[in-house]
Amino acid sequence: MPLIKEWLTLGKYIIKRVLYAVLTLAIVISLTFFLMYLIPGGPFLAEKAPTQATLDALNAKYGLDQPVYIQFKNYVVNMFQGDLGVSLKQRGRTVAGIIGSKFPVSAKVGGLSILVALVFGIPLGTVSAYYRGKWTDKVISVFSTFGIAVPSFVMSTVLIIILSINLKLLPTYGLTSPLHYIMPVIALSFYPAAYISRLMRSSMLDVLGQDYIRTARAKGLSTFVMLFKHALRNAVLPVVTYLGPMLAYTLTGSFVVEKIFTIPGLGKEFISSITNRDYPMVMGTTIFLAALIVTMNVLVDIIYKLVDPRIKLQ
Amino acid sequence: MNEKKPNPLSFQLDVSAFVPATQEEKESLVIMRESRSFWKDGIHRLSKNIVAMVSLIVIVIVLIFAFVVPTFYPYDYKTQDKVGGNTPPMGYSTQEQAKIDAGEFVFPHFLGTDNAGRDLTVRIMMGSRISLLVGILASAIIMLIGSTYGAIAGYFGGRADQIMMRIVDMIYTVPDLIIIILLMTTLKYPLQSLADSSPAFHWINTLGVGLICIFIVFALLYWVGMARIIRSQILSLKEQEYVTAARALGSSHRRIIQKHLLKNCIGMIIVTTTLQIPSAIFTESFLSFIGLGVAAPMPSLGSLASEALSGITSFPHRLLAPAIMISIIILSFNLLGDGLRDAFDPKLKK
Repeated sequence: MPLIKEWLTLGKYIIKRVLYAVLTLAIVISLTFFLMYLIPGGPFLAEKAPTQATLDALNAKYGLDQPVYIQFKNYVVNMFQGDLGVSLKQRGRTVAGIIGSKFPVSAKVGGLSILVALVFGIPLGTVSAYYRGKWTDKVISVFSTFGIAVPSFVMSTVLIIILSINLKLLPTYGLTSPLHYIMPVIALSFYPAAYISRLMRSSMLDVLGQDYIRTARAKGLSTFVMLFKHALRNAVLPVVTYLGPMLAYTLTGSFVVEKIFTIPGLGKEFISSITNRDYPMVMGTTIFLAALIVTMNVLVDIIYKLVDPRIKLQ
Repeated sequence: MNEKKPNPLSFQLDVSAFVPATQEEKESLVIMRESRSFWKDGIHRLSKNIVAMVSLIVIVIVLIFAFVVPTFYPYDYKTQDKVGGNTPPMGYSTQEQAKIDAGEFVFPHFLGTDNAGRDLTVRIMMGSRISLLVGILASAIIMLIGSTYGAIAGYFGGRADQIMMRIVDMIYTVPDLIIIILLMTTLKYPLQSLADSSPAFHWINTLGVGLICIFIVFALLYWVGMARIIRSQILSLKEQEYVTAARALGSSHRRIIQKHLLKNCIGMIIVTTTLQIPSAIFTESFLSFIGLGVAAPMPSLGSLASEALSGITSFPHRLLAPAIMISIIILSFNLLGDGLRDAFDPKLKK
């Protein structure tokens, strides 16, 4: 029964990947906790130094007088109940609450950027491979070479200087109208679009040399159908593997882009919590983002195996 | 004495007819060209690649600007001029203008000065120095750790390889930039206290805690890609006959790895290291931009851009200059790396 066997190996693969992800997250969580624990000075040492009695009471209230491993256990148990602690700088707000209110903003910008990167990157790479060596290919190659050399903050500032300061076309900060999305999305999607078009070009070149493409041509299919229906299906697979790293890039890139365009998202919040030394916030955001990236990577890997039957499961 | 006439059919040879060949005669018999070494071959192929050569020249120019020019440049990166700041490019402060009117020569500020009156040109040169140092040193660390680790894993194979590669897989799945940010925010304190605790660690302060943090996190996280590449190379190389021969002659494992295996992946190692430099510079500028990384007054290209962000409407050139510099450095290292790959590892050429 080959089918059952196949499903079994797939199941085994999924279990292995999930175990890896869990282990990675466990490492990230413990690393985060113990690194934060090592930082000198407690959370209550503000400008006005409290008396020893108040300090003891506060430490007892938040369980900070207990040994490290109990604190760690408490942190992990609380985390599974969705409690990531309280922000030190924004009085009365929980870390989970802040993440919950800020993340949707980042997700909107980031999701849009990923979409834009795919929509531009895939056709550009395909066209570039089809016109290999012609001027179209050269123009696209120049674009993609520059695209992967320009950091997102450089891209954003150049956009601001050209589009906002010189041409006065677009607003520079905030996220109140669709116009506000244009520059952050371009800045965030420029690098991934360039990278995808490179990936697409090299895998498309492989595919275009294969027999079934010649068959498709011989049948008299139009170039468009041949490229985007027959060839694309197989050539797009490397891009699927890039989805995970692209998500990580977009999330970390959002730190910079949100800072520049003053977008009230999680990235800006994270950066200001680093400069403000709001440790529970730094810990919570780190763990949240790491969990998001690791989960997405596992999903992408599994999807990749499901989509491409040629890949042997190990 | 009647000399005997030699029989024309005799096979007896006359010894005096043989003379040693001259050097020219010897050389004329060599049919093959002079053998070309691996290096000569690679460099020859590289010199044919115009894009790679142009980027090599650009890199050399940037290196001169970053490491040589600041030593005799009339301004330095930290001298402040509280009253004469914020001059536009090629502009002079009021005192300097007075000097010029008095007939003295004042070296121009090509890019103007910042709000503390520091010459921006020299700050960008110093910033490039920091960025390049970080890129090159971090890549060297990555190269050392990655190639040793990969070579050991690939050479010994079996259980050791499995365990070592599982560790690599684990580090690979960790979202690196987030962990780097976390390490940078926290490592500062133990390092600072270490630097203050004993005079033996004073060098930490001179180098800057932020810079050392960057090296530590690179050494911890970024070597895994290198280790994977080297391991897969070693796996195929160790099956070759010369390794068996070396083993039969009694070479130690260490010697086989060093002299035979790693030497044969040297092309791969160079290419991967060169391509690592721009990505290290990329990461460093990102970290400096969000406020981690090198400490003031030391400039880095990322922190220069970050400082200029608040004045973007009035002084856009202050942001553009470091931004363009970063892009040029990353672009030229990328292109040189691609060129090196084509030259030293033609099999990989796509």
